[in-house]
Amino acid sequence: MAGVTDTATQAAPSPDLAEGRPRRSAKSDSVYWITLYGVSGIFAVICIGFLLSVVSSSLPAWEKYGTSILTGTVWNQSTGQYGALPLIAGTLETAAIALTLAVPIGIGTALAIVFVLHSRLRTFFSSLVEVLAAVPSVVYGFWGLLVLGPWFASSVEPWLVSLFGGHFPFQDAPSTETILLAGCVLFVMVLPLIVALTRDAIATVPNELVEGALSVGATRWQVLHKVVLPGARVGIVGAITLASARALGETVAIALVIGLNPNFAHSLDSPAATLASIIATEFQDSTPIQVAALGALAVILMAMTLLVNLIGRQMIRRAAIKVTVL
Amino acid sequence: MTELLEGLPADPILERRALVAQTAARTLRRRTLVSHGMVGACIVALLLALVPLVALLYALISKGLHWWSVEFFTTTPAIPSITQPNNIGGFSNAIIGTLLIVGCATLIAIPVGVIAGLLIAESTSKFATLLRSTAEIMTGLPSILLGIFAYTVIVIGGEKWGITFPSIGFSGLAGAFAIAVLMIPIIMKASEASLRSVPLTVREAGLALGARKSVVARRIIIPTALPGLVTSVLLAISRGVGETAPLLWCIGASIYNPTTWDLKKPNSAITMQIYLSATSAYPAQRDSAWGMALFLVVVVLILSLGTRLLAAFIQRERR
Repeated sequence: MAGVTDTATQAAPSPDLAEGRPRRSAKSDSVYWITLYGVSGIFAVICIGFLLSVVSSSLPAWEKYGTSILTGTVWNQSTGQYGALPLIAGTLETAAIALTLAVPIGIGTALAIVFVLHSRLRTFFSSLVEVLAAVPSVVYGFWGLLVLGPWFASSVEPWLVSLFGGHFPFQDAPSTETILLAGCVLFVMVLPLIVALTRDAIATVPNELVEGALSVGATRWQVLHKVVLPGARVGIVGAITLASARALGETVAIALVIGLNPNFAHSLDSPAATLASIIATEFQDSTPIQVAALGALAVILMAMTLLVNLIGRQMIRRAAIKVTVL
Repeated sequence: MTELLEGLPADPILERRALVAQTAARTLRRRTLVSHGMVGACIVALLLALVPLVALLYALISKGLHWWSVEFFTTTPAIPSITQPNNIGGFSNAIIGTLLIVGCATLIAIPVGVIAGLLIAESTSKFATLLRSTAEIMTGLPSILLGIFAYTVIVIGGEKWGITFPSIGFSGLAGAFAIAVLMIPIIMKASEASLRSVPLTVREAGLALGARKSVVARRIIIPTALPGLVTSVLLAISRGVGETAPLLWCIGASIYNPTTWDLKKPNSAITMQIYLSATSAYPAQRDSAWGMALFLVVVVLILSLGTRLLAAFIQRERR
């Protein structure tokens, strides 16, 4: 008798399963989905609120100045002139300098890491790149201001000026805060992003293709040039696009080294300003209408980075890259 | 055998093959040279990429380490005087500010980020897909915009879109909110990846036993993916600690802000302290930012290296 009871208790599923499940089944799972959707809904609401709040903070400025914010060429808070063109130009110029340097060096570095280095060194350099990506931007800016800036002013700029004979694009007196310096600091900041994403893009090229090319006698560069780079092209372009979105939106590092001069830069060694750096630094002691004008800059900046980001994401998705950073 | 073949015309493929072999041999020297040159250029690029890293780390250690002392970490900033130009105190107010702001942000971001991450990993609905893209976009937007967001809804507050927001003013809470919004999409994306990496067979085994999806998620998926979830949170914290831009608009930082644990009062942060000290009029104060920057980089590196080590450890365990 005792034995029978034993087998009965053993055979019977736990009370939870035997009695509880049929009764709670549907209800319990709906609680699960409601929680999931509810909490995710909070995030969705935050995102919508984010969009609304940035736009709404700028509305007074659009009402007062209209599209002259977009087309105006003078930005002067004290005289109440709010034209964003010089700032947009400064933003694009710094990003262009950074990418001009970072794209060749970044792609070269990624190729070297994946195809040239031994596997142990490869892991080491891969981690190093990710370490570089983790350094906070204010540290880059601070380093640019106190180390790179004085070095540029004392050596690099005089050399460039003499190289170009005092003509465009290098013609100013040496200064520690220039658009060139900002571009270079930005270059250091976007480089790890480009290297990491390019490395991930290269990893999607099938090994068979590489080995096939090598087996018919292609040299290492021929393999890289004719097989690897074309195969990873979409991903690499996506990487560059995402890096340029990062470069357009960088704030504090740029604010520390660019000189915050909201006029058109007439050469690469003159100070300038970017959208983000002006938003960051002119906020203190602002009147409500000035805050609204900064909000208008934020809307412009958001539109620019949103567009670039969407394009970049689309490419990364098309290239089916398994992204390890971001 | 040869007699039989003599009558036939030569096979054209042989000719072509010979031509290819000939051309390959003829151009081999040039191709090898070009290859060596370009591979060399790649290595030069690698070395060029290392130069700024080494320069940055060297500057940080050589100029920052000598600032480190117990007082530097435990006292509040002091105003240098003419007689004591090097008396700049420490930055304990900023350390506590960062702890408070990032701590609160983490508390907000973990549940929202992980649960939303679970949704985008588990569901294929339109809403989930949209949410995933939104999270991706949010991580790419300039973080200063989050400062404007926090400024509008928490610092200024008031009646907006039919909702009355509290007007708290410049405060640690506003900073925590901005950093939390920054961290949520990072946690979402990273935890999605780790939740998805739970093998399908394990889930199916759970479902085959009659467990509901909620039970599978709670008892199987989340425990299995737990190390990955911890990693994603650490990653987000390391980003949050290093952010400056959003705080500019919302925490009301100044170098001499008193130490406070009150969320509703203006606060400091390590990154803000570096930013403000960098443009200080006192040379010693400017210099002392090296010490803070070194500390910040060490903290962030410990967090991100910890993340990497943990991820590597998990992968080894899985195999």
